[in-house]
Amino acid sequence: MPEGTLCNKQHVNTEEQLQALLADKSGKTYYEEMKSLDVDQDKLAKTLAATFKSRLKTWLSICAHCGLCADSCFLYLANKRDPKQVPSYKIQSTLGEIVKRKGRVDTPFMIHCMDVAWSQCTCCNRCGMYCPFGIDMGVMFGYLRGLCYSQGFVPWELKIGSGMHRIYRAQMDITTEDWVDTCEWMAEENEEEWPGLEIPIDKENADIMYTVNAREPKHYPEDLAEAAILFHLAGENWTVPSEGWEETSLAMFAGDWEACRMQVESVYDAMKRLNPKRMVVTECGHAYRATVIEGPYWAGLKNGQTPVPSLHYIEWLAEALRTGKIKIDPAKKIKEPVTYQDSCNYIRNAGLADTAREIMSYIAEDFREMQPCREHNFCCGGGGGFNGLGRYRPERNVGLKVKRDQILATGAKLVISPCHNCWDAIRDLEEVYKIGIRWSFLKPIIIGMAIVPDHMKPAEE
Amino acid sequence: MYEFLTGPVLWLTFAVFFIGLAARFVWYVRGLDWKLDRVAYRQWPKYGIRGALRSIGFWLLPWGTRSWQVKPVFTLVFFAFHIGLLVTPIFLLGHNLLLDERWGFALPTLPAGVASFFTVMVMVAGLFLVIRRIALPEVRILTTWYDYLVLIIAVAPFATGYLAANHIGDYGFWLNIHIVTGIIWIVAIPLTKLSHFLMFFLTRAQIGMDYGIKRGGMKSKGMAW
Repeated sequence: MPEGTLCNKQHVNTEEQLQALLADKSGKTYYEEMKSLDVDQDKLAKTLAATFKSRLKTWLSICAHCGLCADSCFLYLANKRDPKQVPSYKIQSTLGEIVKRKGRVDTPFMIHCMDVAWSQCTCCNRCGMYCPFGIDMGVMFGYLRGLCYSQGFVPWELKIGSGMHRIYRAQMDITTEDWVDTCEWMAEENEEEWPGLEIPIDKENADIMYTVNAREPKHYPEDLAEAAILFHLAGENWTVPSEGWEETSLAMFAGDWEACRMQVESVYDAMKRLNPKRMVVTECGHAYRATVIEGPYWAGLKNGQTPVPSLHYIEWLAEALRTGKIKIDPAKKIKEPVTYQDSCNYIRNAGLADTAREIMSYIAEDFREMQPCREHNFCCGGGGGFNGLGRYRPERNVGLKVKRDQILATGAKLVISPCHNCWDAIRDLEEVYKIGIRWSFLKPIIIGMAIVPDHMKPAEE
Repeated sequence: MYEFLTGPVLWLTFAVFFIGLAARFVWYVRGLDWKLDRVAYRQWPKYGIRGALRSIGFWLLPWGTRSWQVKPVFTLVFFAFHIGLLVTPIFLLGHNLLLDERWGFALPTLPAGVASFFTVMVMVAGLFLVIRRIALPEVRILTTWYDYLVLIIAVAPFATGYLAANHIGDYGFWLNIHIVTGIIWIVAIPLTKLSHFLMFFLTRAQIGMDYGIKRGGMKSKGMAW
């Protein structure tokens, strides 16, 4: 059997395909079919010839095998320094082999590549900072994921995820109507407590176009309400687009570059349609990475910039606190020791380390850095899609140990984590290791300590 | 033999060296692709140059990066090895006498004791790197015969030069072997992994531009290497 009915080289472009995949619980049949999925070696060789150029070639061939990348990898550390977890080994024994054999690899080897690409690397890009040549194995694993995806060797959840983006332009099955309803519902829910609160939809020429992670409307609509409350408090002229509101990209985790492009173009179209001055992305790391850092390239924008300037939520928040748009009640600042989880995607890979510290300086009295921190921080343990892959759950749980120990060493019981993936990983590490910590996004914390001007308070009855 | 090796063969050697490196340079730069690499190389020259210079500069400084700082002993040996490899042959008295004789000019030279010390330093550091490859599991798993070959090519002219200069054994024999290993050393630079002589600067510039232009350089003081 060259191709399975579920596990194949086809993109998921229809609702029917999507439902069939979803009906296959935990991907049992999908992974069974994968064992006999043929490798299209000619296509693989052609893809290599077209896309494997001097940067990647040089990285693979110049590696001095010095091993300096070993200690940089949290998965190497979490797995008792297993030499098979050395980043250089991981990439040389997978992508390196595919290149060496010019694509003449078989099915078991591709399954091995898939397992390494999604369970032994979160594409956190930390190893690239420790290599004297700047060999960024996270980038190479991203490339390998693309090769695996194009051959149909992709974890079940991500085949579904990239299909969701293709069909709904969101990582979950949320229609435009669902989204608009959720916005209206959240505005209504909160307007009594916050008179005048609204979630303006499709308002043209606003100062801010706000975009989110699909999990928010689907599972945590209160996050959307909190965003609205803070924009309201800050007196912002803002809007959300009815279409093009989703920032995340499971397609990026999957290596489905075409779906990546389709997804970010939906957001860029909203920018062009509504003409906001700026875009603000919710508290999510990979969403920002996908739409603001990588997205312009997928969409073929030569200057590498989004059509309007784009901010991560922490940039907007730091600005609002700095300029006094939102004022913090000093008595309500966080008194207990508190630490901050630096998300790889917007700290190491987008330069926002100082912004995060600025916010902490306004809201916390006893802020404690993890060690190492900022650009050198370790991945939460769940990045790059790792959190959501059932096949690799045990490996993910082992990987959480490094973050657990980093948090424990700070002595803080509260972790601020303005990134959905990190937030999930930290929640899960508490569930697995029970170290007695709490974790939070910034929005609820800021609402709890912001000074609300009298005219914004509900009228006394 | 001596005249032949230091005459036509040496000319050929330098031709391979320079043409090879130039070819590598052109091939690398032409292979950079803003769309595939997802870096707008040409669009933001100021951020690109700043990122590239930071990326090269910090890594040229011993203990200038966190990676160097967390491995202080390795860093010491690594820099000793590379400084010895590059400085000794260029500023060696014997080499400059030859240069003066052939081309009528010479560079400043190292005192004999310093040159001798650097030579021994390269050999000792090379030995350390071999032992490290065998002793550390995370390096052992990566190591191939090619890594040892490159190390042997790099250190051989120092060992043979040391024997010749100190008249240990047959001077004429070791001198010729020294010249042959030296020629291999120069030719191997463009043709083997020793190409990092040049490629270090190019790959570092590339990742520096990546961070400088795309991954945060516009919103921060620059990557904290």
